[in-house]
Amino acid sequence: MSFILRRLVFYLVAAWVALTVNFFIPRAMPGNAVQSIMGRFHNLQPAAYQALEAMLGVGHPGSIWHQYGSYLVDVSHLNFGTDVSQYPAAVSTLLGETIPWTLILVGSATVIAFLLGTVLGIVAGWRHGGALDRVLPGLMFLQAIPYFFFALILIELLASKFHVFPLGQGYDEGLIPGWHWDFISSAVYHSLLPALTIVLTSVAGWMLQMRNVMITTIGEDYVIAAQAKGLPNRRVVFTYAARNALLPQLQGFGLALGFVVSGALVMEIVFSYPGIGLLLLNAVTSNDYPLMQAIFLVITFAVLLANLVVDMIIVFADPRARAREATS
Amino acid sequence: MTAVLPISAEPAALPQEEARPGRWRRLPAKAKAGAVLLGVFVLAGIIGPLVTPYDPSYQNPLPSLSLHAPYGAHLLGTTQSGQDVLSQLLVGIRLTLELAFIVGVVATALSVIVGVTSAFLGGVWDEVLSLISNVFLVIPALPLLIVLLGYLQSRGQTATILVLSFLNWPWGARLVRAQTLAIRNRDFVSAAGETGEKTWRIIAYEIVPNEVSLIAASFVNTVLYAIGASVALAFIGVTNLNNWSLGTILYWAQSQQALQLGAWWWFVPPGLAVALIGTGLVLVNTGIDELGNPRLRDAASASRIAGRWLRPADPTPVLADIAPRRGRLAGFLHSFSRGSLLDETGAETGGGQAR
Repeated sequence: MSFILRRLVFYLVAAWVALTVNFFIPRAMPGNAVQSIMGRFHNLQPAAYQALEAMLGVGHPGSIWHQYGSYLVDVSHLNFGTDVSQYPAAVSTLLGETIPWTLILVGSATVIAFLLGTVLGIVAGWRHGGALDRVLPGLMFLQAIPYFFFALILIELLASKFHVFPLGQGYDEGLIPGWHWDFISSAVYHSLLPALTIVLTSVAGWMLQMRNVMITTIGEDYVIAAQAKGLPNRRVVFTYAARNALLPQLQGFGLALGFVVSGALVMEIVFSYPGIGLLLLNAVTSNDYPLMQAIFLVITFAVLLANLVVDMIIVFADPRARAREATS
Repeated sequence: MTAVLPISAEPAALPQEEARPGRWRRLPAKAKAGAVLLGVFVLAGIIGPLVTPYDPSYQNPLPSLSLHAPYGAHLLGTTQSGQDVLSQLLVGIRLTLELAFIVGVVATALSVIVGVTSAFLGGVWDEVLSLISNVFLVIPALPLLIVLLGYLQSRGQTATILVLSFLNWPWGARLVRAQTLAIRNRDFVSAAGETGEKTWRIIAYEIVPNEVSLIAASFVNTVLYAIGASVALAFIGVTNLNNWSLGTILYWAQSQQALQLGAWWWFVPPGLAVALIGTGLVLVNTGIDELGNPRLRDAASASRIAGRWLRPADPTPVLADIAPRRGRLAGFLHSFSRGSLLDETGAETGGGQAR
């Protein structure tokens, strides 16, 4: 089996585990959507319980295997059920409205932070003990600040006090979303501060990791040999050391993705950014279980897909992986 | 399935290090700074709740004490309902550290058990255990945490600890497994086997002691993650909001618009506490890395000779090609930074080079 195919099978297994966990959580845990509605409206008759169950599809008719089968069919048709708090909106509609916002903001900011951190890490590793190493403890501090806290401080300073950036939301109120200049420029303007937050808080992690791998790589004999035969420094750094140091970094990127995305979701809440993180908060505060579960699935699938892309890049960047690809 | 060994995976370095006296002085400066920082907070967490000036939940009805800025009687000011922020902070540090510590211990223990078992059993069991840990590694934890805790009616401390520990062992297990596989075939392990040692004794006395630096790093990372996750969960309200933890203080501050009302003393201290504890942990972890990996340590002990950073392993500089490049101001700033806590090129590490 080729490398990519093997990884694909692995991600399919992971996706299946996520689906199955997601299926069993509501059945193993106390509390469900109907109870939360009954709790909110105290004047409901007990008879309403069954009606609500039928309406929201949370009653569990049939055997567990039958339920499991129809659940998988539903999910494959992107049917996540009916939303509880914004009844009768379909959960998939709500997701469709919010996913693009998150994808563009969190996706691009994460990639920017990764690239920036990697380049800084290369420099810090090459000139270790140098100026960039001096600021490392400061960067660690930035990294240790919770995303949302940093976001709130930035809003207070740059938006409330100095009005450099807007206070929050995805675009100016009164604009109608669409592909016209007013809206797009407003959306970009509103995304700058959230993006800045993500980059500032996550860049240190990438940088530290790349720096450490760089330092280890630079000690390798082939790097010393390259220097000894008089190659220009730039060539030694990028073609010899950095290229090899990049592979663990890429693998780390795939694994850390879930963590970074989770942090970014909480940060969205602070900015009232109309993405999936804010939706998740609303789902949590209103005990909107179908929505919560659908969001969990969507985020998981997005992270798995991103990991697959990272694996493809690794095959492209690593001759050894390519060789395995060719021989096996 | 192959796993990437971390940089700190060189097992031999740590035990030798510990055998010599004066350990503290030879610790990397980063680790010292981190340990001091952490120590302050651990101390605050231990004695803090005993010396709180007020009951953190007591709401002072005096209207003048609503959102009062810091002064003598309330060193960190008061909240909107007249509660003392300092008392909340002291109790909150205790609860947050307690949670993170328990999660760290449980999750690290789980990861050692799973990792070692997986490496020793081999075959199908190894594949299955590795698959499970790799799957849980790629599934993003926070959304899963939110769904799990969202369903639980009692979202208290215990539930959070259980869920966080359950979701946090895979990363450590992966590292421990890789490390165990690497050590297993070393001569001293085979020798122990030849002398008739039982497997559990080999694991407990030969394998695990050689993984101390890895396990310590994994523990510190788990604690770091547990703090971040529990604070984030509390911030969005998925916790017992009647408990005082750093996260719930932030939750109340945010929901009652502390920043918009200009009450920085209510909002900044808990966030800063989280950030400082986190920095301490990252610094300690970097220190552990440097202990285990001599190359990283070399980098940290580079010294500035006539304007150039030189590592102990570098060739002796030829003085003619080194012209002092530092200007007057830079020289002044440099002499200033020499005394700072985070400067690694001070006298001690200079002495360290002689090792």
